Amino acid sequence: METYKLTVNGQPKEVTVDPGTPLLWVLREELKMTGTKFGCGIAACGACTVHLGGVATQSCVVPVSLVGNRPIVTIEAMADDPVGRVVQDAWVSLDVVQCGYCQSGQIMSAVALLKVEPKPTDRNIEESMGGNICRCGTYVRIREAIKAASQQLHEGGAR
Amino acid sequence: MRSRNAVARAVFVILVVSLTWSVWIFARTVRQDSAQRSNAGASNRTEGLAAWQQIYSVLISPRCINCHTATSFPQQGDDRHRHFANVVRGPEDRGVPALQCITCHQEANANSTGVPGAHDWHLAPLSMKWQDLNGNILSSAAVCSDVTDRSKNHNLDGAGLLKHHTVEPLVLWAFQPGLNIDGTPRSLPPLTHEELVAATRKWVEAGTPCLQTH
Repeated sequence: METYKLTVNGQPKEVTVDPGTPLLWVLREELKMTGTKFGCGIAACGACTVHLGGVATQSCVVPVSLVGNRPIVTIEAMADDPVGRVVQDAWVSLDVVQCGYCQSGQIMSAVALLKVEPKPTDRNIEESMGGNICRCGTYVRIREAIKAASQQLHEGGAR
Repeated sequence: MRSRNAVARAVFVILVVSLTWSVWIFARTVRQDSAQRSNAGASNRTEGLAAWQQIYSVLISPRCINCHTATSFPQQGDDRHRHFANVVRGPEDRGVPALQCITCHQEANANSTGVPGAHDWHLAPLSMKWQDLNGNILSSAAVCSDVTDRSKNHNLDGAGLLKHHTVEPLVLWAFQPGLNIDGTPRSLPPLTHEELVAATRKWVEAGTPCLQTH
């Protein structure tokens, strides 16, 4: 067991776990932050997406020992993020969610996309969101919501 | 007087014979040196080409060629299947904004989760593709031609290629590729890293020879 000092959503955290423990387990089991979901455990579905050092990251395959001093941002912080807030609003207004299980990962990837590519094309969206799977098939509404959020951000709607 | 002329004639003949003999000896020596140099050059090239074949055997192993694709996506596994999770190359060979290579591949191997990692994980540029669009591996001559083409290889000369094989993190990773998700070790290239570097040094010293492409 090793002790790791982490910064999660701007807050300092300390956990004592096996070095090989995936970040997802640290978030959910140690820190009780259950907004980030376990889907496949092999980085195949995107439900566990968080931002690690500003990069959309599949937390189920990243051992805590490799996190280092990079800040971790999870779905719990998106309401306070200028882009995250707009994306969540778009998700609600377009009624994107069906069962909702994958949606925290979808939103984290969408926010990462919009922060790099504020006006994404259909191809940008398909490629960037390609690692996030939705068993309910809400892909069309996800794309519409990303475009709506992009439009909102373009019009200066980020709060 | 007559005897003095005879002596002079004899001296002249001896001088001419000596000169002719010297010229013949010199010419023969030059011919031998030239032949030896030519043989040495051919031997050097032969050894260089043999060293290249060793290098090629590493380059086309799955640990290397899986990220030297001609397609918009990398491969994975010893069977070189398409990378899962809809991963794509992206404009800078490092994926796309929300699905970068470093979305999963960290600075080091993640043996507890089976994800390989090394600094700046990325695909080789399309100019360094070592297979065709159908995944068929290019010939030794074709790969050698591309590897030595400075318009395609980030302007690396022989010394640069040797350094690349010696210290580049992704090259080093190929020889310490970590564990698969089932805990078994990933397969290794056919040479050790030390053997690759030694072969590269020999190939570079021979002038980076390549077989002719057809």
